[in-house]
Amino acid sequence: GPDLKVISTLSVAFDHLALDEIKKRGIRVGYTPDVLTDATAELSVALLLSACRRLPEAAEQVKSGGWTTWKPLWMCGYGLSDSTVGIIGLGRIGQAVARRLKPFGVRKFLYTGSGPKPESAAEFGAEFVPLTRLAEESDFVVVTCALTPATQGMCNKDFFGRMKKTSVFVNTSRGAVVNQEDLYNALANGQIAAAGLDVTTPEPLPTDHPLLSLKNCVILPHIGSATYATRSTMAVLAANNLLAGLRGEPMPHELKL
Amino acid sequence: IGKKVQAIYLWWHKPVINKELLQSLPNLKVIANSGVGMDHLDLKLVASFGVKMANAPRAVSSTTADTGMALLLASARRLVEVHNISISPSMEYCEADILGVKVAGATLGIIGMGSIGYKIALRAKAFEMNILYHNRTRREVQEEQAVGATYCKKIDNLLQQADFVMLTVNLTPQTHKLIGKRELELMKPTATLINISRGAVVDQEALAAALQAGVIRAAALDVTSPEPLPRDHPLLKLKNVIITPHLGIKTDKATYMITEEAVENILAALSGLPLPSEVLPS
Repeated sequence: GPDLKVISTLSVAFDHLALDEIKKRGIRVGYTPDVLTDATAELSVALLLSACRRLPEAAEQVKSGGWTTWKPLWMCGYGLSDSTVGIIGLGRIGQAVARRLKPFGVRKFLYTGSGPKPESAAEFGAEFVPLTRLAEESDFVVVTCALTPATQGMCNKDFFGRMKKTSVFVNTSRGAVVNQEDLYNALANGQIAAAGLDVTTPEPLPTDHPLLSLKNCVILPHIGSATYATRSTMAVLAANNLLAGLRGEPMPHELKL
Repeated sequence: IGKKVQAIYLWWHKPVINKELLQSLPNLKVIANSGVGMDHLDLKLVASFGVKMANAPRAVSSTTADTGMALLLASARRLVEVHNISISPSMEYCEADILGVKVAGATLGIIGMGSIGYKIALRAKAFEMNILYHNRTRREVQEEQAVGATYCKKIDNLLQQADFVMLTVNLTPQTHKLIGKRELELMKPTATLINISRGAVVDQEALAAALQAGVIRAAALDVTSPEPLPRDHPLLKLKNVIITPHLGIKTDKATYMITEEAVENILAALSGLPLPSEVLPS
């Protein structure tokens, strides 16, 4: 309505906001960066490890009786030792993910984005590369970028076609960054080894969606920031953003339009 | 054929190394184990036949530490439970019902600070966890400082403070049922137990009861007693337990490395050279 003064979103992303219209009408926007970085980075690494070590698949074998006796190559996954990790979007969350993966024996970090970020990259010795090279050289690809017109559908047939057969793809950004049909084909045809998705298009996926049937795809219902502590903090911050906006005061975290 | 056998490469527990087997292999010089745990071997018996033993510690520690962290994170965020909800056509959920617990700022208590325990500490530090550890002997100060770990001489202190308890001990008579009813009751009701050591380190009946009654929040087990668990075991029915089928070292690279280590030890023994990772009866 015409009286709308303030929008307070319970997220760091703002791809769901019509920014042009908002800016035109002088509406202020509050958001929740930083407070959800740790929780989202933790979830991203949890998802990566669950996908590359086949945790849900293995846990299912335990329940179903498929686990009979120890066999050397049964349920073998992919390790992080000596691996190359490619991060798409080395922002707050991307850096937090890289920091957590480093002690797992990662040999090299690559990253891509709209431009190099030498200060952020220095901590990990990360090399700025084009998207194509990241796809070709990474054993693990983690998508932590914002959804923008530039990143929409970025991970597509060409991208997956360049990835290694033994590689693992993790997306905790936005579903629309990935061409889902191309991802499904890549997984089903063994072009990549496994995937972990916290975000899809749409959310939730229809119950008969083919991605849900793949053994090598771990899917979570957008729980990136879903811890008791983080959601409480986000809620309080969002409320404070809103109240400050209504009072015409500076917000704790205002989105600059 | 028995006279020709000079070396045995042991995959899991096969073949069973008993007196009969050892007597039938007079020229056996070395048994190389595909892993680091030696609790399935009677070390004194084997040594009494003049046979050397070796394990594969180098290949094992990183991959097993990765498994430990994978289980800690999966349990904290209820990953398996929530994945199953996502892929099931019928299960509905309320957003508030799928919240997990945060790892950053939480306290990790590592019981058994050998090479695997220490590698867990290195990983946990990157997640900004507070680290406590309990070990037979204290580590060097520099080693403690490198991971920000505080020594707990008494296991009780660790159990009372930890949000996540990680078991990385060897199985010995001293660590058999190390975690029982008493230890579980010392833990916080919000705490998680992770076991990547050996199933027998935990009193499983006590654990099942504790999980059912909410004495602790959750558990994640890569090892059980026996493996696999019988189909009707109560642990298999609990929602707040993740059980994985002894994935510890299950990556293609680690599997090759273990074999390489075993072969190194075997060749050394057959050449009369010192073994890179010999295990002696204590």
